[in-house]
Amino acid sequence: MSMLDRQPRATAPLLLDRIWQINWLLVLLLSAIAGVGFAMLYSAAGGSFQPWAEKQMLRFAFGLTGMILVALVDLRIWLRLAYVIYGLALVLLIGVEIRGEIGMGAQRWIDFGFIQLQPSEIMKIALVLALARYFHGLDMDEIGRPLMLLVPIALVFAPAVLVLKQPDLGTAIMLIAGGGAMFFIAGVRLWKFAAVLAFAAATLPIAWELLRDYQKKRVYTFLNPEADPLGAGYHIIQSKIALGSGGLFGKGYLQGSQTHLNFLPEKQTDFIFTMLAEEWGLVGGLALLGLYALVILYGFLIALRSRNQFGRLLALGVTSTLFLYAFINSGMVMGLMPVVGVPLALVSFGGTAMLTVLFGMGLVMGVYVHRDLELNRQGEVGTD
Amino acid sequence: MRQQRTQARTFTRRALLLGGGQAVLFAALGARLYYLQVVEAGRYTMLADENRINLRLLPPPRGRVVDRYGEPLAVNGENYRLVLIPEQVGDLEKALDIIDRIAPLGEVDRRRVLREARRKRGFVPILVRGNLTWDEVARIEVNANDLPGVAIDLGLTRQYPQGAVMGHVVGYVSAVAEHELTGDPVLELPDFRIGKNGVERHREMALRGTAGASEVEVNAYGRIIRELGRQEGRPGEEVVLTVDLGLQRYVDQRLAQEESAAAVVMDVHTGEVVALVSSPGFDPNLFANGISTQQWNDLRQNPRGPLANKAVAGQYAPGSTFKMVVAVAGLETRAITTDQRIHCPGHFELGEQRFHCWKRSGHGPMNMHEAMKQSCDVYFYELARRVGIDRLAPMCRRFGLGESSEIGLPGERSGLIPSREWKQAARKASWVHGDTILTGIGQGFVLTTPLQLAVMTARLVNGGRAVMPRLTRAAVMRENQPAVRRDLFPSLGISAHALAAVRDGMSAVVNEQGGTAYAIRVRDPDMAIGGKTGTAQVRRITMAERERGVRRNDELAWRERDHALFVGYGPVEAPRYAVSVVVEHGGGGSSIAGPIARDILVETMRRDPARMVPPSRIMAGRPDGRS
Repeated sequence: MSMLDRQPRATAPLLLDRIWQINWLLVLLLSAIAGVGFAMLYSAAGGSFQPWAEKQMLRFAFGLTGMILVALVDLRIWLRLAYVIYGLALVLLIGVEIRGEIGMGAQRWIDFGFIQLQPSEIMKIALVLALARYFHGLDMDEIGRPLMLLVPIALVFAPAVLVLKQPDLGTAIMLIAGGGAMFFIAGVRLWKFAAVLAFAAATLPIAWELLRDYQKKRVYTFLNPEADPLGAGYHIIQSKIALGSGGLFGKGYLQGSQTHLNFLPEKQTDFIFTMLAEEWGLVGGLALLGLYALVILYGFLIALRSRNQFGRLLALGVTSTLFLYAFINSGMVMGLMPVVGVPLALVSFGGTAMLTVLFGMGLVMGVYVHRDLELNRQGEVGTD
Repeated sequence: MRQQRTQARTFTRRALLLGGGQAVLFAALGARLYYLQVVEAGRYTMLADENRINLRLLPPPRGRVVDRYGEPLAVNGENYRLVLIPEQVGDLEKALDIIDRIAPLGEVDRRRVLREARRKRGFVPILVRGNLTWDEVARIEVNANDLPGVAIDLGLTRQYPQGAVMGHVVGYVSAVAEHELTGDPVLELPDFRIGKNGVERHREMALRGTAGASEVEVNAYGRIIRELGRQEGRPGEEVVLTVDLGLQRYVDQRLAQEESAAAVVMDVHTGEVVALVSSPGFDPNLFANGISTQQWNDLRQNPRGPLANKAVAGQYAPGSTFKMVVAVAGLETRAITTDQRIHCPGHFELGEQRFHCWKRSGHGPMNMHEAMKQSCDVYFYELARRVGIDRLAPMCRRFGLGESSEIGLPGERSGLIPSREWKQAARKASWVHGDTILTGIGQGFVLTTPLQLAVMTARLVNGGRAVMPRLTRAAVMRENQPAVRRDLFPSLGISAHALAAVRDGMSAVVNEQGGTAYAIRVRDPDMAIGGKTGTAQVRRITMAERERGVRRNDELAWRERDHALFVGYGPVEAPRYAVSVVVEHGGGGSSIAGPIARDILVETMRRDPARMVPPSRIMAGRPDGRS
């Protein structure tokens, strides 16, 4: 069978083959993570499916179906659509930017009636797609040429600057870090990263000036949350209290006193991990982190198995994005990182992030399904 | 192909590096989680409980203050207040309209409620109106169905049903000032009141009781979710005063006929003060309910000094009422015998100085009996000279002069008994003989309070015992307290002979023809009184006046008049009560203070508690008054 087939393929597998190649274990892992989310949203509502858990379950069911469909689509189609998707995402971002200006403030959503889309979330995957396509089209010599890096750098910074203007520091960090990971695995020389880091360090004071006051305050608060316990430091202090008081085994499901007494705001979105750790303790927290680690590990294995550079880059890019979701969010609620708005993938209440992650995971699965496909630099099957 | 293999190898290497990095970061997350949830779990658990568990104080009801017969002097009035909880009310404007029809609201109150409703969180009750009448309470209860979220709240406010009559004795409560915070959390409650004057202040700790506490779980907004535990407090104790309200009223009315006066009536054996009046007084209700600036200024600027308790804080030259102590000192130091005569030519000469007797023509030869009866100044000039200030001053102290009685009323002054050392220290001058001479008739530097004069009189007529005045009987606890045996006050060590001579003289003042107070004698032998008049020259402004600091021109005439004093006791045969009366700028002691003191003593004897036994549970406490 295909599992043992080490010969490169010239053609895409048949549809039935593709369904057979879906990583059902991965689907199970993702469902387990989402299941934790449902349980926490049920608890956050004080033991009720309303208003969050039920909606989230519907979205997941929708997203899961979508994920499988995405996995079945011929990888070459995604390769061909990569720039188009990126372009659309960028247009949407610019769209909210304009609407945001009109609306006098931060606006991150576009209302399509049936769903409110958050273009910055979509961009997280669109960027991975675009970079995967770009680096797929370069050979090792070309990657060595600094001029060839101008385009992908522009691909990263255009949306990063836009979301920073929204302002959404968390997403900007994710775009840059995710893009950086793509550069790294594509084979850009390490000294170039060092150079960029040095440049970033040098321009840090300028960047600092560009930050909004509340963003600066967040950084100050991160450095010393106790200085403003009722203001900006409130979230992080309350989060640590709730988390720490959970102890080894937690206070019991639906028994989290800090979250249920509303000491912790946004418990259903960015701070849902705190609630989990309060109610289920260290055991629960590590279990969820373990589930993410397994999914990420799965993503790495799929990437390593892919015979085409596009699939490798795409799988690792999406996987790294998922890693960033989990790491930034849980690092933030544990006081390891500044409070930035990054949801906990699949667990936090929120539609676009869930659909984004599932779409991304669909692509990863698609990479596995088409792992033996050999693509030339133009994205055509065959050899150079 | 080779290109692709290189690419794949590079990719694999980089992917492993990236995966390693991610693994390290994930491990860091796990370590952080372990640190927070295991290493620091205890600290955060404590913080979490501090977060959610709140101690609500249950303030204790303040103890009542009653007179010796149980008449209420300070009580907790029930104040029915209308409160509403905005989030339960719905349409606030409409609710206020309905309320307005039942319990009329001013436009000011209405605007305040709307303002508070905007500012506060929805579940915080807002006070709509206080002091509801029973009628209004009933009508609101009837309409309760139309008024969701509106409730009647019972608050306790201190009330003083006797008003100004007991103002100086009972004092008042008011809000806790910053410097009065002791760390007792009950003091920080917004509605809490503590004693600021009189017995309310002196017996604060007994009256206050101890607060209970209710342990409640609250959410992040402070809303109470449930009660976890409760600890009952102890209500304040009832404080029983020695004062007889009926007598106090009588004295107050009697003094009210004068511009400004003070009187103290006490039991010469027990020290119980049965009446203590400083007139004019003030209504303590004003302070308990919050006084307006206008009212406060009126009280403060009143030249009659209604805020000063003149009975304990007014310091006056005792004048001739001081002569008994000089007589006792003379007899005890053997400077004179009762029969020895001193000639009064109408003046007394000391070197170049000449001191006049009030009777310019002179009294002629005077023995002690006659000298007291007629209040001969020359006799006492000479007697003081013979005794000397160094022997006179200690004798004064034995009678309680120049010392605080520690009766427990704020502002009590200790008066002044001058001595060589005092003059050197305070006036930077040596004591001269003339000072001693003037002291002999209660002038010069001597200052006494009406309370001290009453104590002095009591000690003179009770057989020479060091009676101490006191205002409160044993505080009656909720449980019956075991009776405390009444201890006798220690003897002052004055000879019976000297005390008899003084009593004889004081009786003569009132009851013998030619006595300075013969006009006020009581013919009923059971109620016959003795006493001593006094007229204190107002050459200096008294300390009490100086405190008030106002000297208005249109009052100069009144201001310049002498203080009229009288100290007395009764019945003559078996002294039971002592009285002192000071009428500021009243003129002559015999004509003004005497009749008042006489009336008070007669009324006191008429109301003798021997005929009205106090409640058996109330037993006399220890003589120092700190039962």
